[in-house]
Amino acid sequence: MIEVQDLTKAYGAVTAVDHVSFTVNKGEILGFLGPNGAGKTTTMRILTGFMPATSGTARISGFDVFSDSLEVRRRIGYLPEAPPVYPDMSVESYLEFVARIKNVPADKRAARITDALEKTSTTDKRHELIKRLSRGYKQRVGIAQALVHDPDVIILDEPTVGLDPKQIIEVRHLIKGLAGTHTIILSTHILPEVSMTCDRVVIINRGKIAAVDTPQNLTTQLKSGQRVRIEVGAPEAALREALGQVAGAKRVQVESAHADGHVAVNVESEPGKDIRSQLAAKIIEKGWPLFELRGVSVSLEDIFLELTTDDTSHAQAAN
Amino acid sequence: MKNVWAMYRKEMGHYFVSPIAYVFIGLFLILTAYFFDVFLTAVIQQSLSAEMEGLRYGMTQNIDVPSEVMRAFFGLLSTLVLFITPILTMGVYAEERKRGTMELLMTSPITETDIVLGKFFASFSLFALMLLPTFSYLAFMYVHSDPMPPWRVLVAGYAGILLLGACLTSLGTFISSLTENQIIAAVLTFAAFLLVWVLDIGRNSTSAVATVLTYLSVIRHYEGFTQGIVDTSSLVYYISFIVLFVFLTIRSVDSMRWRRA
Repeated sequence: MIEVQDLTKAYGAVTAVDHVSFTVNKGEILGFLGPNGAGKTTTMRILTGFMPATSGTARISGFDVFSDSLEVRRRIGYLPEAPPVYPDMSVESYLEFVARIKNVPADKRAARITDALEKTSTTDKRHELIKRLSRGYKQRVGIAQALVHDPDVIILDEPTVGLDPKQIIEVRHLIKGLAGTHTIILSTHILPEVSMTCDRVVIINRGKIAAVDTPQNLTTQLKSGQRVRIEVGAPEAALREALGQVAGAKRVQVESAHADGHVAVNVESEPGKDIRSQLAAKIIEKGWPLFELRGVSVSLEDIFLELTTDDTSHAQAAN
Repeated sequence: MKNVWAMYRKEMGHYFVSPIAYVFIGLFLILTAYFFDVFLTAVIQQSLSAEMEGLRYGMTQNIDVPSEVMRAFFGLLSTLVLFITPILTMGVYAEERKRGTMELLMTSPITETDIVLGKFFASFSLFALMLLPTFSYLAFMYVHSDPMPPWRVLVAGYAGILLLGACLTSLGTFISSLTENQIIAAVLTFAAFLLVWVLDIGRNSTSAVATVLTYLSVIRHYEGFTQGIVDTSSLVYYISFIVLFVFLTIRSVDSMRWRRA
């Protein structure tokens, strides 16, 4: 559905997008994850035909985004970073305008508008002027605008920005509901969003792709070791020493020491080894009271930081 | 064509939903009504005193009141247009770019030509609507004149002001497409208008340069229209001017994709 090959965009000396390649299959939701300024918006703008690439190609439904721009634009719905709304228009007349310029036939316009309003739960605001809407509603009108012509491909640049937690959940549901019949690319710098909504993730940093995989694979593969969190009533130094002796324990890190004698530690094990029972046995052998022992799954957050932070900043953080 | 219409509707809606259109039309109405009254009174007085002098000295000197008023009135209209059009056109693209809605237009299946034509026709329509009430003043004068002056003078005058307005609108929208800042757009447009206005400064000179420059002045061609003369060369001049700047605007909007570096 979407094929991107060696896409590069340079702004003078700065390369915003550097030889990016990926594909998106029909009906899939692809998450574009990266810190601010990583090149997410630039990539999306190239895909939508808003700006040309310096080199490389991108095709949507087989049409080149540059040479067949009009054909591509017929097939996409796009929500830019800021919702592209006209403050003086009412929600309904705005959507009607968008439906017109997206070539929705006159007899289908009313139905499509009603549908887009319903999907984004903005029906009760249809006669309101956009300038009187809250930020969250403006964002939803922006999403409605991207859906109104029922496009094959929907490109959403940070769709949940400015929404409250309840609305964020609604929008995620909406996006998930659109998958299957629509192919979706969404960008975000919020990690849970990706693991909750996307089939596949592209992690982009400084214009380069750092990783492409499913959220599940990224979490299991990229961080090979496992971590166990333990809370024990024991002297810190003795605990550290005792746990370090357990076979398979790689690193023992004291998280916090409480005044009441409780110490919380994180133990990292070697890849593929489950050492929880050995750890428990060791603590009981020493006769220390055990308050908590649980395996910690590595979050996407850790992977993301690992992939997008270079060694120098790691060193700085450690100091 | 359907897309041009969609753009046109949106632009007109923007003018009339916001106070823009009402402020422009209302302001223009007040100014022109006041000046029309002043001109009419002055010319009538002038003609009466000329008649008195004629009686005293035995020389009859007739003053064509409607023509005099019309010449003064169309002169005034051109001056007002010089000041109002930059404000009318400054936001046409600048506002769209600032708001980020240009991103919507440029990622929709419409061409740059659709966008530019829709916007140009809308600005020009607002300009024409602004002029519309002034027709009633002149029609009133016509009906009460004896003998009634030929209608074609009036028609030529309006053709002239509409062409002049279309020229300035095309130039103004072009300048608006060059910048994101409305104030810069307005100032540049005003400066450009003044420039094409005063090009006829050397109209009494016989040098080749002066002749060419005089031909290029927008106001030089307008004078013929206010006297009821429709000169083909003026018509060609105005239409070429409009087509040139509409074309340049299309190129400018197209180049926005490339300029965002």
